This record gives sequence, structure tokens and C-alpha cells, in this order.
Amino acid sequence: MTDYNFAYLDEQTKRMIRRAILKGLAIPGYQVPFASREMPMPYGWGTGGVQVSAAVLMPEDTFKVIDQGADDTTNAVSIRRFFQKTAGVAVTEATAKASVIQTRHRIPEEDLREDQILVYQVPIPEPLRFLEPSEVETRKMHSLEEYGLMHVKLYEDISQHGAIATAYAYPVKVEGRYVMDPSPIPKFDNPKLEMAAIQLFGAGREQRIYAVPPYSKVVSLDFEDFPFEASKADHPCDLCGATDSYLDELIVDDDGGRLFMCSDTDYCQGRRAAGHVGAQGVPIEEDAA
Amino acid sequence: MQADALSGGFANAPIDAAHAFRHIMQVMAQPGRIETVTGGTPPAPLSQAAGIVLLTLCDPETPVFLAPSRDTQAVRDWITFHTGAPFSGAAEAAFAVGTWDELSGLPFPIGTAEYPDRSTTLIVECDALSNTGATLRGPGIKDSATLSLPETAAFQANAKLFPLGLDHFLTAGDQVAALPRTTKVS
Repeated sequence: MTDYNFAYLDEQTKRMIRRAILKGLAIPGYQVPFASREMPMPYGWGTGGVQVSAAVLMPEDTFKVIDQGADDTTNAVSIRRFFQKTAGVAVTEATAKASVIQTRHRIPEEDLREDQILVYQVPIPEPLRFLEPSEVETRKMHSLEEYGLMHVKLYEDISQHGAIATAYAYPVKVEGRYVMDPSPIPKFDNPKLEMAAIQLFGAGREQRIYAVPPYSKVVSLDFEDFPFEASKADHPCDLCGATDSYLDELIVDDDGGRLFMCSDTDYCQGRRAAGHVGAQGVPIEEDAA
Repeated sequence: MQADALSGGFANAPIDAAHAFRHIMQVMAQPGRIETVTGGTPPAPLSQAAGIVLLTLCDPETPVFLAPSRDTQAVRDWITFHTGAPFSGAAEAAFAVGTWDELSGLPFPIGTAEYPDRSTTLIVECDALSNTGATLRGPGIKDSATLSLPETAAFQANAKLFPLGLDHFLTAGDQVAALPRTTKVS
């Protein structure tokens, strides 16, 4: 561990990232440019989130990483090991025990507290990018608060599909000013963006950091006659029976057999440990045997 | 340069800066919250908290403005040795240190419409900090918070500039609090 500076990055880089985080917190939803560094992992694997985590972590922290809600996927495991090695921090899979949580594309089901920090990995931070490819133009649109194009996009969803078909990376307006991409979380998670924890967003390839302070007003864009709806698969979890969690659909055999399970593995595990059993689940003691 | 300038920095820079930054980030994310920071001892008249904010955030890329009461040779030498930050006038400053009487009204950059982040962060030296006085509302505050502010009118005017505006750290002794541009003061 002593072969690395604490949390891998050099001090000047961390200062630059820390200054960007503070300006991001002062201007909620505004994308602060920062000089993203090359990290020992490919773009798209969370280089932005890793740089933000490196700037935020303290040696006493307990670190949790989730990828689509799961603690045990390649991306989550490698980032967790990265900070175990370079920062010497404790790690956990339990949401309640973590002080810093880095996430790819989910918000944990369990409510977060004021003393926790949620770091998002963001692929494309600019919510207007797929509508307007020019950075010069999108920056001007943000400065003029000109978000008509986004409403046209949602309107076209309705005219073509009868409902707003955007299911993830659903655009939000933060504190009545900046339209922000909440990273590709399912829109089921959008209501949870108003939380007690500090939320930091890092986009490494696109070199942007933005933030949402605790208790900030985060409103999903919608229309009066087509209000925002947080949706999920209409099914309880087959393992733990939860009806309030976001579900993954798995195909489990060659005959089209399906199984719905919580995408938040820690939440599902916690419920099963507490004795909840879903339609296709077995009590946790038998499963372990 | 006096030998004093060489001491009083972070003893273990990566760890001390990580601890200090977490407190600094928490006060910026939750206006009204007061945190204690340790790890650095700047020369008087700079408060410990102001010195630690500078140690944590400043480097050769951030011009620092020192108001007259803080602009002593000892302070300049200490900042130069420990951070390498250049000194500048108010109009170019990324960070500024001084009492509220000295800093209010100076022509600090408030950012541009397209880059509102390019504004000065003021480090306002206070006699004491407490959760009394002005009422704060806004992002980072559950319902409302209270904080001893040097005045309210200037902060109300600053909040009206949003998304432009100045961000403030308030420091006294080893305590630090923050007032970003989003906070509504009454």
C-alpha cells in the first residue's frame, strides 16, 4: 500500500477535483469542468466516479461499490479492491455500514443518511447531448435556461408511444434551475434523488463533475397531463418477496423460465436474512447449505 | 523568508488534507453546519481554519487575494512555501482571505453565465461562529438553519445573482462554516 500515494491520485490532482466538487455543491446540477486524469481502468468503467471517490475518501471510511445494484459484479469488485489497495479503507457490502458508496446506475433501496456520500459513475453528463451534439450550444442552452428541446423530446415520446418512454437517465431539474442527467439510473430511482446524503457525480471521459447537496429539490421533468411515474417490473421479488424494490429479470433455463429479483443485492440479502422468502426463493440457511 | 514559514503545514499531507477536505465539503454541502478542522498552524493573524482551507484547496493554479489585515510578510511566506499559490488582486482571485468589512464590495469575479463556477471563494475571518442569528434556507438544509453572519443584505444580494455569485467560508479559530450562493438568508 505504501507504494501509492493515499487513494492513488497525487495531491495536486485531488485539490483540483476537490475545488470542482465544492463549486458543484455551490451550483447544484451545474457541470463543473475538471482536468480528468487517466486512471488504471478503461473509460466507461467508472473513471469519473473513481476520481471523485479518491478525492473524498479518508482512511477511516468504509467503502461500498455497487454496479447496477450488485456488490459482486466485476466492476464493483475491482473498484472496491482498487481502494482497498491504494487507500487502505475498510470495505463493506452493507449499505447502512458504508460511509462512502460508489455506484453505477442505481441508488440503494435503503434510505441514506446525512453522514453518507453517494458517488455516481456517469457516462454522458450532458442531458442535452443526444439532442444537441455541440458543447458550445448546450452550454449556451444551460446558461439561458433554454430547455424547450428536452420537453420536445419527452413530447415526441408521448406522441409515438402514448407515454414518456424514457426509462433510465430520466432528466431532472435541480433546485428549479439546471436540468441534470441523473446518470443512467432507472427512473424508479428518480424520487430518491431528494435524499439526506451528499450526491457527487463524476464523468471521467467527459471531464465533468456535478453535485446535489442534501435535501435539494430534484424534480423529474414531465407534463401536467402526463405526470412523471416511477416504474418497475410489476412483480414481487422471487427471492425475498419485496414489492417495493427495483427488479432484474433473469432467464434461468432453456425453456424461457424467468425469475425476478431485487437489483440491490444487499437489500435482497438483508430481507432474506430477516426471514422473507419469495415465490421461487428458499430460506437463506438452506441456500447456503 | 523567516524559518517560521517552513512549519505549520500538514504533517502528513495526503491524510491531513483528506480529513480537512471532508469537513470543508460537509460545511459547503450543509450551510449552517460548523466543523472543527485541525492539522495546520498558520502564522497570526490568519486563523487556523482559514489556513487549513488554503492548505487543502490552494496550489499554483489558484491566485489568492489577501485583504490588508491578513497581508503580512509572514502570511505571504507561509502560503507561498506550503501551497505555491500566487498572490493577486481581487479581480483575478480564486480565493480571498480577510474580514467581512475588508472583503465586502470588492470586485471579485462572480462567474459567467456559461461558467458560473469561475467565481471567487471568500474565506471570511470572523471573531466567533455560532448557530445563532440569521436564518438560512436552501439546498443542503432540511428545513432551516441558523448561523452567525456578519450581515444579511450582502448575502441576500449575492443569492439573487444565482447561478452566478460568490461562495463563502466563514472561519474563526479552528472552526469553519460555509455559505454558498444558493443559500437564502433572512
